[in-house]
Amino acid sequence: MEFQVNRRHLLSMGGALTVSVLLPGVKAQAFVPKEGASLRPPQDPRRLASYISVNADGTVTAWFGKPDMGQGTDVGVAQMVAEELDIRVERVKVDFSDTTTSLNQGGASSSVGVSQGGRALANAAAEARLVLLEMASKHLSAPVAELTIHDGVISVKTNPARNVSYGELIGGRWFENEVEWNGIKGNALDLKSIRGKRKDPSEYKVYGSSPPRRDVPVIVLATEDYVVDIKLPGMLHGRTILPPVAGAVPVNIDRDSVKHIPGVQIVHQNGFLGIVAPREWDAVKAARDLKVTWSEVKAPFFDHKDLYKHIRNAPVIKTGGLNSNADQAKMDAAFKSAVRIIEATYEYPFQSHACMGPGCAVVDYQPNGVSRVWTGSQKPHYATEGVAAVLGVKPEQMRGTWVRGPGSYGRGDAGDAANAAAILAKAVGKPVRYQAQRHEAHGWDTKGPASIHMVRAGLDKDGKVIAWSFNSKGFDRLNVASNESKPRDNLFSQLAGVKPQPSLVYGSPQESYRFPAKSLTWELIPPLLESGSPLRTSHLRDPLGPDIHFASESFIDEVAFAVGMDPVDFRLQNLGNERDRDLIKTVAEKAGWERHTTARKQRRGDVAIGHGVAYAVRAGTRVAIFAEVEVNLKTGKVWGKRFVVSHDCGIVINPDLLKLTIEGNIVQGLSRALMEETTFDKNNVTSTDWESYPILDMTERPQSVDIVLISRKNLAPTGAGEGSMRPVTAAVGNAIFDATGIRLRQAPFTPERLRASGLA
Amino acid sequence: MARIQLNVDGKAHTIDADGDMPLLYALRDDLGLRNPKFGCGLAQCGACTVIIDGAATRSCVTPVDSVQNTKITTLAGLGGGKAHKLQEAFIAEQVPQCGYCINGWIMTAAAFLERNPKPTEAQMKDALSGIKCRCGTHMAILRAVMRAAQA
Repeated sequence: MEFQVNRRHLLSMGGALTVSVLLPGVKAQAFVPKEGASLRPPQDPRRLASYISVNADGTVTAWFGKPDMGQGTDVGVAQMVAEELDIRVERVKVDFSDTTTSLNQGGASSSVGVSQGGRALANAAAEARLVLLEMASKHLSAPVAELTIHDGVISVKTNPARNVSYGELIGGRWFENEVEWNGIKGNALDLKSIRGKRKDPSEYKVYGSSPPRRDVPVIVLATEDYVVDIKLPGMLHGRTILPPVAGAVPVNIDRDSVKHIPGVQIVHQNGFLGIVAPREWDAVKAARDLKVTWSEVKAPFFDHKDLYKHIRNAPVIKTGGLNSNADQAKMDAAFKSAVRIIEATYEYPFQSHACMGPGCAVVDYQPNGVSRVWTGSQKPHYATEGVAAVLGVKPEQMRGTWVRGPGSYGRGDAGDAANAAAILAKAVGKPVRYQAQRHEAHGWDTKGPASIHMVRAGLDKDGKVIAWSFNSKGFDRLNVASNESKPRDNLFSQLAGVKPQPSLVYGSPQESYRFPAKSLTWELIPPLLESGSPLRTSHLRDPLGPDIHFASESFIDEVAFAVGMDPVDFRLQNLGNERDRDLIKTVAEKAGWERHTTARKQRRGDVAIGHGVAYAVRAGTRVAIFAEVEVNLKTGKVWGKRFVVSHDCGIVINPDLLKLTIEGNIVQGLSRALMEETTFDKNNVTSTDWESYPILDMTERPQSVDIVLISRKNLAPTGAGEGSMRPVTAAVGNAIFDATGIRLRQAPFTPERLRASGLA
Repeated sequence: MARIQLNVDGKAHTIDADGDMPLLYALRDDLGLRNPKFGCGLAQCGACTVIIDGAATRSCVTPVDSVQNTKITTLAGLGGGKAHKLQEAFIAEQVPQCGYCINGWIMTAAAFLERNPKPTEAQMKDALSGIKCRCGTHMAILRAVMRAAQA
């Protein structure tokens, strides 16, 4: 449907055609044709109004289907929209607050907020710009080609006094235009083609500037609710009780043990056990004090010190990967012709999302109306679908509101919290606010999968790598999907009896080393407990990135030293991609890299000092990291003292916010490299709080993180949320080797592990 | 249930609660304050920190009947109706990512700066060593607290 509109046209049509509807919360404009026509058009990716609208005051709202999780994605998207619409970025609001006002663009996912989510909105903005120009053309009686736009005001180039603003043209009403959708829901949702034209990068004015985050004052001054702050009339507080031995189910519940607590109700469905109470502290007490007899089950696990032995010996249930430029026969022949073979195996543990606050959600079940969920999930559309499935209501009878949550680094426990709230709310018929307890947040969130990585290099007589094989063996990366829309992928529905369906996928290193025969493969082993497991796996920030590249980039150093080369020179010699070589050169220069071909073991008193470098690619984004560490030779404690990062993610939209994002990844990455390991015994996870699962503290933070952003003006952005997490572990491990001569092949690099590895 | 008197941000409140209930639940549920957050309930993370008679205190493990005759300050009352200099610094440095921990950093730093108005960076780091931030914003936090200390 082509539709053009101007004031005269609108007035002449009266109410015959619903040409416009009023934006919620916006006062009626004189030209709104029909009173009461205030409903927003249905959310439909084939309508321009689903992406972009002009408010009564001439500001623009971009409706975004990906919440920002604190890295400023929404600001980047506002810049993209502002660029296409020729309006100041301060006048573009990006709204991702509700599933009924934003399309399902997949939620926060895979660092594609800007590269895919932003692209869709930039395309819609370019389309809206043309529509607005066409409206102005009629209004001003001038051809589109003779018009120009400055900050949302369209004027005739030769006579700027003849002008009309976006607000005057359509402020407070919805675009009626249709757009051509690519038919995809989720991350890749986009417009298939647009009539409008995207700006050429040479015209960019807003890209490369650094407007601040919009939500920082809101957070620091606490002017808005977090999900934990949502309160509804008649709301009950919910908690869950999880088994001491994973896999056990309640066989006897002593209701009398909590009957003195006012208003307590117990909800029991198979292995699911929860309580609700009107007062929060009563709910906490009831969950603590409820006496439960659990079924006797076979211990599901083993002591976690046997983890890697278990992985080595476990049966393989699925294989995959890339024999990127060699079939197996060619690989075998290449290794056979090698004069020297080097091999090593690296080990990486289960790790926890360990969010600052345990997962929380509020569900209001309305069987005869619209049910609602308030969630901090990074995928609110999917989490809302998951709640609808538990409640048994149709998706159109369900509304999900995204509210800031206590951190999100992938598929943590936010979706499980929504799932628990839904089960409880449906059972008791009242709104329920559920919040997990700390031992559940650490002990029962989804985990990054434990793995081993076996790497082999075959060298010719000149020390050149002629064969390279990298094989990972470990647990599924997605024992539960990161998309929370199916009850089977949520802990509490699994406990209540819904059968899981693992994805059975893994991944391979992303790098550009040119080795003549190269194979990157993986093998999956079965989960230790099939359903309702505290060791079920799902995405943790930069899924598999630190794990795999710890192995591949440590081994690059091992090979470099084995052939008597400096790690930087070796990378420059073998990397196939010019951008990657640029990154390595940049980071080496900025860090003041000192060439070395063996561990230098530099000392200052009881401290050994070392430098290391590592690099990785993540979906087109390329990152190199230099690390300087200090190792205390008496205690084995490692300090990641100084980092230099070179970062190439295509064109940089907001340099300041990108640098803050990178700093966060370096610190979280360092924490995971040095400290983080989910521990367990034969019955259950034993790292259940901040004492048993420590993270980096203020005294352990790096002294400096210097960042060089390489902006490629003519390359589309490829995402920056996670890429700089990827090489941290390897850079630190390589620096520890330089400091001590000890090659650590097991993460994290704890003092105990260094001492056990023969630290002098 | 007992009748409990609390003085929070300069106002007197009376609530009915178990005396052993942690102060955090009184602040959040009875008084409707959103700054102190539940992080662990174990005094390990600092998200629930308030200042009681000048001392940064973990409200998640502080029984509500133990603080009846004290002066409790939350983030909402820290700046006396204006943004505190730490809040201004945290905004200027664009510190928070998820922001759930921010209350703990600001309240702990505020109590520390009252006693040590011109700390060294090392003293400040030590004073803040018991607070967690999972997003890894430690670099920006230290910039902000030192900026506030020098303000």
